[in-house]
Amino acid sequence: MTISILDQTDKHPLIELKGVTKVYGAGQAAMHALRGIDLRINEGEFVAVMGPSGSGKSTFLNILACLDTPSGGIYKFKGIEVDKLTRSQRTRLRRFYFGFVFQGFNLLNRTSALENVELPLIYRRIGANERHRRAIIALETVGLKGWESHSPGELSGGQQQRVAIARAIVTEPAVLFADEPTGNLDTARSREIMDLLTRLNHDRGITIVMVTHEPDMAAYAKRTVRFLDGLVESDERNGRAA
Amino acid sequence: MLWNTILLSFREIKRNVMRSVLTILGVVIGVGAVITMVTIGGGATAQVKEQIASMGSNLLMVTPGKRLGPGQSSNVPLFKVSDGEAIAREVSSIAAVAPVSSQSIKAIFGNQNWSTQVTGSDNQYFKVTNRSLRTGRQFGDSELRSGAAVCIVGETVRKKLFGGQEALGANIRLEKLSCQVIGILEAKGQSTMGMDQDDIVVIPLRTYQRRISGNQDVAMFQVSVQQSASTDKAQRDIRLLMRERRHLSPSDDDNFNVMDMKEIAKMLTGTTQLLTALLSAVAAVSLLVGGIGIMNIMLVSVTERTREIGIRLAIGAFEREVLMQFLVEAVVLSSFGGLIGIVLALGGSFWLARVLRVPFVFNAGIVAVAFLFSAAVGVIFGYFPALKAARLDPIEALRYE
Repeated sequence: MTISILDQTDKHPLIELKGVTKVYGAGQAAMHALRGIDLRINEGEFVAVMGPSGSGKSTFLNILACLDTPSGGIYKFKGIEVDKLTRSQRTRLRRFYFGFVFQGFNLLNRTSALENVELPLIYRRIGANERHRRAIIALETVGLKGWESHSPGELSGGQQQRVAIARAIVTEPAVLFADEPTGNLDTARSREIMDLLTRLNHDRGITIVMVTHEPDMAAYAKRTVRFLDGLVESDERNGRAA
Repeated sequence: MLWNTILLSFREIKRNVMRSVLTILGVVIGVGAVITMVTIGGGATAQVKEQIASMGSNLLMVTPGKRLGPGQSSNVPLFKVSDGEAIAREVSSIAAVAPVSSQSIKAIFGNQNWSTQVTGSDNQYFKVTNRSLRTGRQFGDSELRSGAAVCIVGETVRKKLFGGQEALGANIRLEKLSCQVIGILEAKGQSTMGMDQDDIVVIPLRTYQRRISGNQDVAMFQVSVQQSASTDKAQRDIRLLMRERRHLSPSDDDNFNVMDMKEIAKMLTGTTQLLTALLSAVAAVSLLVGGIGIMNIMLVSVTERTREIGIRLAIGAFEREVLMQFLVEAVVLSSFGGLIGIVLALGGSFWLARVLRVPFVFNAGIVAVAFLFSAAVGVIFGYFPALKAARLDPIEALRYE
């Protein structure tokens, strides 16, 4: 009965986790990074994941982003059981549905901002002209018009992170995963980045899952999930986002 | 996609020009050495073959004595003209038999003199040695019978004695013999053994016997076998005939020799080919070493670019795409090395061919093989580093500092 209602509303949650665990190592030395996570994230949400180091939030993000696989439990993306996919199918998910923003920016050095942004489009087999056009628009969106030919070394930290965001959104992903996107930035730059993410979430409806340890940054999100020792400690909506 | 990958690899190579150049040096040297060796070796072989072909094909040499070269006993009976006639008459499949006696004599014309090889023979000689006259005529029958004082000279002799003057009809002196030049041989150049084949004066055998050697002997017979016939069989037949004519009992060894020029030719080309193969093999080893150099640098490159690989994998590059990227880079590098090697080798062997005076034989086959081989070196030695790159765990790779 419930299932039929779900089908009628056509509302598979974008991300659904049931009892997801992650164990590193085995036997005595086994380290339980995740001890059973149940979580749903719907389309259009902006979720901040918080928690002290070692609480499993990065592992959680890696699993969501299909960079890592859970040891147990079920992870469904758009109703698809991800753990049953092959490695290349998971790569396909990353390629067509996910965008990534990292703490360390992770841009290709000695490569222009424009080429960095074009990179995911190359893997999507998009022609050079279209690639170029889209990358320019993405850079414009993050406010880097005129910086296209600069290499990461010639850009400030905040600008580098914007290039990274442009690279993440140029494919128009369903979800943007951000791992401490403001971790390497000062407060003013951090706020700029957060404003940018908020705008992308609000204007474009891109779902964002962001790991952070700064409450100020988490406050930009609509929902905050707190991790502790591999379990979800709390899960609450933020008043501010409404 | 492949085009993108190739462009990308070009950019990576350009980014580290110095390193790339050093990386491909091994392949450059390897490919260069192989092609140079094969080209020069091929030139040498071609030269030997050409010279042997120009000596007259299917040539047999019948000489008295137990074996070729020095040390033969001097008391073996020599040949007479009748021996040659017998060969021509009794051995089938013979195209021509020429008696040949020769010695070195100083030829004089006016105040010019030149020491040359004077050969007594008949018109068969030109047929057997595959030579023709540039001007003049061959010996007449009566000249051959009577031992007339006529001669046919080679180009070198003509040049040395006459220079720019007209040689035909002039009289030259060979010791006591004064003979009229009735023909000039077409120039033929150096022989395989490095002898000038144009340094020759041919006179009728009878004239030679009477005026120069003073006896009725013939030093050797040169026999040419019909093109379609087997030289082996002709060789056997001549041997049996000669044994019979020389009254050798079955227990006696031959006191003459029937040599096949084909065998000599085969031996000579075989030697050059073997030498070429050996040198090429040595050169090929350096190609292998070059490949190991590429593998080394590619491994360094993979380590250096671990983060980049992590980014690519995280963003959605398939393993095989990362594999391809590094493989293409290795192949582009090694093919580049191959191309440079080919250019250097062609230039080098062109020059070397001139210095060594062998013909420059462009061997498209070996150039293609060397190029493909250099590309293959890239595939083989690039595969392991590329696989290493593709198998990286994106999370680990992203954390790599």
